[in-house]
Amino acid sequence: MKANWLGAALILGAALGTAHAQQTVFIPIVIEVSGSGAVSGTNFRDGALMAIDEVNAKGGILGRKINAPVSDTQTNPGISRAQVQKALDGNPYAILGPVFSGSVKVNMLLAQAAEIPQFTGAEAAEITQMGNDYIFRTSFGQQMSMPKMAVFVADGIKARSVAFLWVNNDYGKGGRDVFFKEMAKRNIKIVADVSTEAGQVDFAADIVKLKSANADAIFIYTNEEECARVLREARKQGVKTPIIGETNVISQKVIDLAGDTAEGVRGHVGLTADAPIPAVQAFTDKFQKRYKYVPDHNGIKGYTAVYAIKHATEKLGKFDSKALAKLMKGLTIKPEQEPGILMEATWDAKGDIDRISFLVEVVKGRQKVVEVLPKLGK
Amino acid sequence: MLLWQTSQTINFAQGEFVMLPAFFVLAAMKFGGLSFPAALLVGMLVALLVLGLLFKRLVVDPILRHGVLPLVISTLGLAIFFKEGVKEFYAAEAQGFPGFWPATNFTIFGAVISAQSLVIIGVAVVAVGVLQYFLGRTRTGRQMQATAQNPTLARVLGIPVERMILYTFLVNAALVALASFLVSPIYLAKFTNGELLGLAAFVAAIVGGFNQVRGAIVGGLLLGIVDNLVAAYWSSQYRAAFPLFLLIAVILWRPQGLLGRAEERTV
Repeated sequence: MKANWLGAALILGAALGTAHAQQTVFIPIVIEVSGSGAVSGTNFRDGALMAIDEVNAKGGILGRKINAPVSDTQTNPGISRAQVQKALDGNPYAILGPVFSGSVKVNMLLAQAAEIPQFTGAEAAEITQMGNDYIFRTSFGQQMSMPKMAVFVADGIKARSVAFLWVNNDYGKGGRDVFFKEMAKRNIKIVADVSTEAGQVDFAADIVKLKSANADAIFIYTNEEECARVLREARKQGVKTPIIGETNVISQKVIDLAGDTAEGVRGHVGLTADAPIPAVQAFTDKFQKRYKYVPDHNGIKGYTAVYAIKHATEKLGKFDSKALAKLMKGLTIKPEQEPGILMEATWDAKGDIDRISFLVEVVKGRQKVVEVLPKLGK
Repeated sequence: MLLWQTSQTINFAQGEFVMLPAFFVLAAMKFGGLSFPAALLVGMLVALLVLGLLFKRLVVDPILRHGVLPLVISTLGLAIFFKEGVKEFYAAEAQGFPGFWPATNFTIFGAVISAQSLVIIGVAVVAVGVLQYFLGRTRTGRQMQATAQNPTLARVLGIPVERMILYTFLVNAALVALASFLVSPIYLAKFTNGELLGLAAFVAAIVGGFNQVRGAIVGGLLLGIVDNLVAAYWSSQYRAAFPLFLLIAVILWRPQGLLGRAEERTV
């Protein structure tokens, strides 16, 4: 009799477990919650979680709520690989994150082998050039953003020489290589090429090098915290040369950390919480109300990734990871179709995203959009 | 160094000791709603309590009697505890820390010097001067030195050795708090800051001389100058290696440090 009861309980438990699994869709977030990438990672995570709560509140995707546990890569490629493997062991529908290019380069091979689409915030150019059909960006890769930046350097500020400071990791090196090619095409001289380390805190000597190069502009291309330290040090050393950058140095987190030393910095951003677009402003208000801080571009990356998956899945009408990856190639999502996408976005055959972008300047502690640049495909 | 001289304490959490007071201040401002000056005062008092009194009573006193090695391992554990504690309970991200002085610069003979740098140098010079005066010219300071040189003889002479050791821990706590308040506006407050600061402090102390306060000062200055000159005029990629080359050279040719004195110990 006891055995019968036990058997019944086990069957009931298994049935309930199966029912729960069927009611949810597993989309784990593997992201930088600590380490040098924490600023980017926590923004991405918070944006994604906000979107997931919104989607779940409206009944989920095709009637199934999103189950999205967060695991921390500690900004360590080795740990990120282990976390992606752990996520894959749970049979995910798709994976969100990470943001750091060095981690993505290591772990995307696992998702590719498992044929699970991975939506990343990483920007290193080569990520989408390695023949991986399962990787999708939620922001510009460097091969999309640096040409826009080069036009800004040549025509916007009319610089003929640039001093370039970069972080010696996959993100920094990828950006440096693409930018240097773009500068060579335009005969703009690179008069200082200063490599720095991730997590570096003392930039006194690096700023001395940049200053002594007497360039028309100083280009800062490091991760967020380092950008803030560079700007503080530049102010300490009385740098008068215009400081420019792509995305990070003009991100809201850097502005918050650098304080008034970020004033006047200009550059290009693929995404900004201050974009003059009502949907983005509504997102920013919601985000700020929920998390009590102003999101940066990574917050938008995480948010739109969830809605991209939702829209594509609803278009498919079923949960099929391979079909999702196939559908994403060449897919355009418009805000009229899916308001959560915020701005019209198109994914190409390599998984790169194309959409409008912005030239901004830091004014009174916020990004001020100076110009809206069209999609490259238009 | 002070701790080593008075109580044979090697503190491998010294870097985290410098990282932590900045978070005491930020927490006082965030959760206590205090103004920056009031939070600085609270930060200093909490540092004296936690990094001075409690560190001695709860970590050093019970463990040191088992030898120096268990204490070394304990302070390594303490460093991890502080680091992970800040990450877990405050933030994993870097935090802005207010400066003492507005961001103005002076140009002296063509060189731009920020007011912030001058304040830091000034505070550091005053702190070292006060410390030297206290140790060399006051009765308590001389008693602390006597304790450092020979605790047994100091006890015979009626010096309250335990109290002198406690004072040393409190002085150490005050100095790390001061360092934290000075360096955090530039480096930003982050839970990992201790790794770098701790390593730099140890290298500076060994290069200068582990048993001399002025040795540590010279070691620190030398290290800072070498590090920045190498990064600015030679190679920023290899900047981290040069202080270690210096360390190896000192250990090979002058193990007592540049200004240290050789000590004999019974083994």
